[in-house]
Amino acid sequence: MKKEFAYFPGCSLEKMAISYHMSAIETTKKLGVHLKELEDWNCCGATTYSYIDELLAYTLSARNLAIAEQTGLDVVAPCSACYKNMYFTAAHLKKDPDLAEHINFALEEDNLHFTGSVGVKHLIEVFAYDIGPEELKSKVVKPLTGLRIAPYYGCQIVRPQKDHEDVELPQFFEEILSAIGATPVNYPLKMRCCGGSLIISSRPAALSMVRNLLQCAVDSQADVVATACPMCQVNLEVYQQQVNQEFGTNFSVPIMYFTQLIGLALGIPQKKLGIGKEFVAATPALLRLEQAGAAPDQETKE
Amino acid sequence: MSETISFRQEVANLLYASEGEPLNTCIQCGTCSGTCPVAPYMDYTPRQIIAMINQGMKEQVLESNTFWYCASCYHCTVRCPQDINITDLMYALKRYSIWKGQHKEGLIGPTFSEAFVKMIVRTGRSFEPVLAPSYIFSFGMRELLLEVQGATELLLKGRLPLLPSRIKRLDNFKRMLGRIIPMGGLE
Repeated sequence: MKKEFAYFPGCSLEKMAISYHMSAIETTKKLGVHLKELEDWNCCGATTYSYIDELLAYTLSARNLAIAEQTGLDVVAPCSACYKNMYFTAAHLKKDPDLAEHINFALEEDNLHFTGSVGVKHLIEVFAYDIGPEELKSKVVKPLTGLRIAPYYGCQIVRPQKDHEDVELPQFFEEILSAIGATPVNYPLKMRCCGGSLIISSRPAALSMVRNLLQCAVDSQADVVATACPMCQVNLEVYQQQVNQEFGTNFSVPIMYFTQLIGLALGIPQKKLGIGKEFVAATPALLRLEQAGAAPDQETKE
Repeated sequence: MSETISFRQEVANLLYASEGEPLNTCIQCGTCSGTCPVAPYMDYTPRQIIAMINQGMKEQVLESNTFWYCASCYHCTVRCPQDINITDLMYALKRYSIWKGQHKEGLIGPTFSEAFVKMIVRTGRSFEPVLAPSYIFSFGMRELLLEVQGATELLLKGRLPLLPSRIKRLDNFKRMLGRIIPMGGLE
């Protein structure tokens, strides 16, 4: 059965998190899911828009939701912040007709209208629920046997709470990692925050949060931390060197998108998954995996 | 005859869809402060801030870094036994302090958020390099060098955009935002 979703990549995936975009497209294609990029989408407003004006923040997300509604498909966001903004904008507009009327008045300027028909999902939910671990497992050609992966959920996939989902100790990330043959490690800080935009505005606080997360990954003997958010990836990876300088540590923990790991297990060449663009090379961990006999594709390795 | 409303009421009014008066229901249990990953860096913990708002300590609240240090991770919110959306409260305080133009000196958050919003209003999409001036000058030399080093590496890895991305229907987009807020100050 062919599944199709409207796809909202968000600004990070245009460049900073290009490997997340590449691996999302490659893996879904391989699994028979079509991601159709939203036409002329705009920035979700991140967190900063809400700092300035709430209505403005809702309007930005509502425009994307209204464009998605024209496709008749549910919309998928790979970035946790984009996802949270779109999900809760849709929920607030549906609950509050006055608010919806006000925002729809603005959307008229772009010939758009939000009706509330669109569903909003995070990309990881597509793998966890629409595809499911069973189906995923059946498509694995190169299981990541022996690779110890820390499932880092971060904040805004499950928070704020939506229905009755488990916000303290969810398991869907672990189930995905098990399905591709890897070993999900017990990662006690899996629900803790990476610091988000504090990396700009309150750097000492953010660096210490990143340090804790990296230390926890080392303590859990993880080979790799898997993430489902571009902000988490950048904070944990790009600022890892600064953490080392600031705290005199010696971290060298690869931080990979969960879609890159799935891609490896599906036999997709590393280059197509954007592997090689990271600051902390994933290759040593993947080489160990290769030597252990469960080879991910090495053809495209430089 | 003008009626003055209390600081607590003003803050409560800024909380979207706040049914009743959520701040009234706080039992000062401290679950939020114990959960918050940034609390050690805040002038006052989230629990203290709520108590201070309820006591009408407007100046001290506005001059604190607490709400600008909130990373919006919602960990406190999902654990609050009284279902107070503490993260939204922090958002509300940020908006209040921006509108009043009053915040603790030396914070990057307020200027950074304003630069971000102006950027989106102009192009519809985010473009990191234009944001740098809003915070880079507050960095020390060592931090500045580290930032440049990081940006260079991103560039070499093909992860930093050189040209801003912009949406196609930008005119419609700007008129749309103009129906929500007066755009004079933002463009």
